[in-house]
Amino acid sequence: MSRVLEVQQLVVRYGQATALDGVSLGVERGEMVALIGPNGAGKTTLLNTICGLLEPASGTYRIDGRVAQVPEGRQLFADMSVEDNLRLGAWTRRDRDVARVLDLFPPLVALRRRIAGTLSGGEQQMVAVGRALMADPDLLAVDELSLGLAPMVVDDLAEHLARVNRERGMAVLLVEQNARLALELCPRAYVLETGRIALSGGSTELQHSLAVRAAYLGGASDEADG
Amino acid sequence: MRLFLQYAASGIATGCAFALVATGFVAIYRVTRVVNFAQGVFAVLAGMLAYSLLAWGVPHILAEAIAIVVAGLAGALVGLVAIGRRGTSPLASLIITLGLGIGSYAVLILIWGDQPISFDGLKGNLDVGGVGMQVQYLLVVVLTAAAFVALGLFFDHTYLGRGLTACSSNPRAARLVGIDVRRMGLLAFGLGGGLGGLAGVLLTPLQPVAFNSDVGIAISGFAAAIFGGLLRPGAALAGALVLGVAEALVAGYGQASLQSGVALVIMLGIMIWRAGRRPLSADEDAA
Repeated sequence: MSRVLEVQQLVVRYGQATALDGVSLGVERGEMVALIGPNGAGKTTLLNTICGLLEPASGTYRIDGRVAQVPEGRQLFADMSVEDNLRLGAWTRRDRDVARVLDLFPPLVALRRRIAGTLSGGEQQMVAVGRALMADPDLLAVDELSLGLAPMVVDDLAEHLARVNRERGMAVLLVEQNARLALELCPRAYVLETGRIALSGGSTELQHSLAVRAAYLGGASDEADG
Repeated sequence: MRLFLQYAASGIATGCAFALVATGFVAIYRVTRVVNFAQGVFAVLAGMLAYSLLAWGVPHILAEAIAIVVAGLAGALVGLVAIGRRGTSPLASLIITLGLGIGSYAVLILIWGDQPISFDGLKGNLDVGGVGMQVQYLLVVVLTAAAFVALGLFFDHTYLGRGLTACSSNPRAARLVGIDVRRMGLLAFGLGGGLGGLAGVLLTPLQPVAFNSDVGIAISGFAAAIFGGLLRPGAALAGALVLGVAEALVAGYGQASLQSGVALVIMLGIMIWRAGRRPLSADEDAA
């Protein structure tokens, strides 16, 4: 099975500062992989690099197919309608029919004509995911799905992501600060720390790794026995 | 009263031309955040080129159309120099457009000389309720209205137009969905050039243009554009009409030499008013 994303020894710098320092990772076709780590570890830098927004200083990345990003903070076209936002997601594609995304997110049907900036956070995140899906990507790169959203809304969005992954075989690379959510949703994960992969492996192993618990789940020792 | 109506009619006609220049400012600013100070040059260039083409026997409409297209290409060219290099700041781009605008004088003088030139527009006068008006005024108003409707349809109802709007709404997100923001900027510059060109071919029969007429045209267009904060074409249209009529009345009842001062005074007034409002709204946000 060919990998949809292959990153090798990637180094990315912002001027003097090194954001990524020799990162290697891979995502199999149709796989859901989490990339967790603290603020400033370089997670967003990695996503922006594989989406072609940043130039690596050295190293390589290869994407077999198309990648679309759900950016941190959603980055919608706030003064445009939901439908415009979705349709613009298909800028590089021929097929601009929003029906397939509306099928996936039925609540958006009623919101089609609304101005994106007036929606609730959860609705906006739905539009952001929908806009990325309009590009019909082979790899969906999601940056901070849960940021600033209520737990119930996050669960709902996570369920949708899992469904897209299951039904369309679309690979997902999920960047999250909420490690618990990411490890529950994705069978495999990488832990990024100050620009380097500190740990990687199956989510169950990682979940039990005390290092992860202490560092990112915080005060989880009371659950360690359970 | 009759005199007043005549002044008002001529003011509305020139106001329409200002509105076209203003929309060019707005289109370019929205997509690129660059204030294009070469905006007036496109009008002068198109006016002069149409004059030459007509002199060579090219029929009306075709001559004007060619002049507008050339102005559009000139716009794209200015855009290429101003924003073509990745990472040029909007302020640097503004200075570049200013330089290109002044530099264009040499070219214009070389080709057309330093004397004002004009050509005949639509001949004849209309009698509207006892007030005589040039048919050319009517043409300017009708074509400006048509241009605004076409622009509205383009920006609101075509995919390309929505893409341009997206660049203005959120450039980062636009890049993310695969829109080539720089190429869209060039398109906006081309559009701005074409709009300036249309203004030029409509205005030249009403008031002769010289190589340095771009300053007056650009100042009036800019003053109109900042009515809508450089972002709203509708407000720019309203501003341009007010400005056109105000200028015509000042020139008619006062002195023609005071005419260009009107735009400056209005522009300064709006800017001071806006500057005075800003800290207030910041306080409201903080509270």
